[in-house]
Amino acid sequence: MSAIRASHVYKIFGRRSEAGVKQLKSGATRDELRDQGLTAAVIDASFEVNPGEIFVVMGLSGSGKSTLIRTVNGLLPITDGEMYIHDQPLSGLSKLDLRRVRRENVSMVFQHFALLPHRTVGENAAYGLQIKGINRADREAKANEALEMVGLGGWGGYSPSELSGGMQQRVGLARALAAGTDIMLMDEAFSALDPLIRRGMQDQLIELQQKLEKTVLFITHDLNEAMRLGDRIAMMRDGRIEQIGTAEQILNDPASNYVARFVADVDRTRVLTAGSIAEPPYAVTGAESGPQVAHKLLREHQPSWLLVVSRDRKPVGIVWEDDVAEAVRKGSSELPYSATHEMPVVEADTPINELFERSAQHRSPLVVVDERGRVVGVIPRVTLLTAATPSNGVPDEDEDEEEEA
Amino acid sequence: MLDNFPPRIPIGSWIADLIAWINVNLDFLLDFIKDTGSWVNDAVVAVLLFPHPLIAIVIFALVAWLVRSWRLALGVLISFILIMSMNMWVQSMQTLALVVIAALTAIIIALPLGIWAARNDTVSAFVKPILDFMQTMPAMVYLIPAITFFSIGAVPALFSTIIFSLPPAVRLTELGIRGVDEETVEAGQSFGATNWEILRGVQLPLAIPSIMAGINQVIMLALSMAVIAGMVGADGLGKEVTHALSTINVARGAEAGLSLVFLAIFLDRFTAALGAPGDHKSSLLAKWRAAREAKLRDAQAQGVTA
Repeated sequence: MSAIRASHVYKIFGRRSEAGVKQLKSGATRDELRDQGLTAAVIDASFEVNPGEIFVVMGLSGSGKSTLIRTVNGLLPITDGEMYIHDQPLSGLSKLDLRRVRRENVSMVFQHFALLPHRTVGENAAYGLQIKGINRADREAKANEALEMVGLGGWGGYSPSELSGGMQQRVGLARALAAGTDIMLMDEAFSALDPLIRRGMQDQLIELQQKLEKTVLFITHDLNEAMRLGDRIAMMRDGRIEQIGTAEQILNDPASNYVARFVADVDRTRVLTAGSIAEPPYAVTGAESGPQVAHKLLREHQPSWLLVVSRDRKPVGIVWEDDVAEAVRKGSSELPYSATHEMPVVEADTPINELFERSAQHRSPLVVVDERGRVVGVIPRVTLLTAATPSNGVPDEDEDEEEEA
Repeated sequence: MLDNFPPRIPIGSWIADLIAWINVNLDFLLDFIKDTGSWVNDAVVAVLLFPHPLIAIVIFALVAWLVRSWRLALGVLISFILIMSMNMWVQSMQTLALVVIAALTAIIIALPLGIWAARNDTVSAFVKPILDFMQTMPAMVYLIPAITFFSIGAVPALFSTIIFSLPPAVRLTELGIRGVDEETVEAGQSFGATNWEILRGVQLPLAIPSIMAGINQVIMLALSMAVIAGMVGADGLGKEVTHALSTINVARGAEAGLSLVFLAIFLDRFTAALGAPGDHKSSLLAKWRAAREAKLRDAQAQGVTA
């Protein structure tokens, strides 16, 4: 079961829009439709958002992402295809039923906050509940709860105009949370905030999402934001979805030149995780093996070190070529674990920008483990440096979000 | 050949025929309007003239303080006493009654019309030229059918004043509602509000400054029309001005004109303050509101710490 499912959704503005869909299906381009006065905002969009997922739709201005998000709660009726909320199609719904879906299932956060200036912060947060017809005492209690959740406890009596932009958007967030819907649509929700505040809001959203397990459909034009927030990302261009995948999939395996050029500028070290760049260890021996076994492996594969793992695949230590040779010469039966260098162990979901320091401190490669402590792989320093550089050799530059705009 | 071009098109007599037809066939309706109009007018005049002028002036001053400032209250006190001393009090109250009734009626018609025009492009396109017509037609022209319908007195004056002062309220209501931030309206929709809930809870409150500017315009236009209304025999300052004009009485004309100016300033400042209550921090209403908000905030803050 999916929370949101779009199946071949078309949204065309202008008269005789159905004819436009037919033309698009038989191969007409967006520009050809524009000549007839039709604007094809969304073309053949299909995607599925799982419950409890943050799904980001990323695209530049004019890519149709804002139109797409408005078809999800029926603010804009779609021209062709079907949109499902909890597997229930929106197209057959009466106005009344559509309003019920909006009240019970889908709430929304807006780019410019869209608060009601003539109401207090508390009344704004309670707006969705008021529409639902909840009595005053209950909705005030729930609104205050939501305000506390976003860190605005005690601000309920103020007017929105007395709050900073970041705080106003937290009221917008509280309004959506208080409504108690399981799906939240966020339309460029953090784009109007300055970068420092934006970072804080992103962290807060991730935190809230983990706690409340809401399904979030997030629209942004900022690729770094998309990569930070999104469990999965849909890349949109000229009304079409070019690729859907995790941040790593999009970064490492772009589906088109457009996506590739787009991700060239992204700060890969924040997106890629240790697990995604780890290599299988050169050679592994059981913890019980002696120096003879290690020596044989070293001669066969010619690495300068070996990772030693236990039977349940937990890392035990690293032995170096020279020490093993020495041990064999002395006839020792113990593996000569490096005494001067402790083994650096990192979790698989650590972003690689947090690995550089540890990698620099240790001579040995980083050992990557999963959440149960079992070895996933190793990251030699060379691998780490390669991963931080885009594959096509374009050097990392400052973020340039509107490059294509 | 061209001597006969264009032929004489008797538009004027067509309209005259139409007016005559209405006069004959809708007689019952006109009579009803006339009776109601003069009854309401008499009632309002009676209310305004009921208290002693000095008491009435103090009440006006207090109202001015309530919505705007003690400065306006002081101004009202001085200027209205001046009206009294010029022996123009009764006429001023008669004019005020005319303006208030005409403005209220105009607003009652204009608000729904403006809302409708804001929500429907066809209505808007249809209403606009009619409003242009109503506003540009010389005001005195309205007096002619008004007299044929209602003979002389307060009712024809009310009739022509309402027509003349109506347009800005329709226009500014439509403008105000159309000007409400689209995202905010979408927010209402996205939380499942009905059209009525959005109109009442989002669009109208946010359009209030614009609507109040329209109402302010209505009142100013009604006041300027009130003088012309003196020509059709409506009691008030207009009648004084008309009389002074026909007898070339400079002194009386100046006093009537001055009284009208004092009345106009009071009405303008008063309605402007109603439209932008936030701008007048020293008004009694603003002080009362601030005190209530502070109390609410204290309660909220205590609720959090408790």
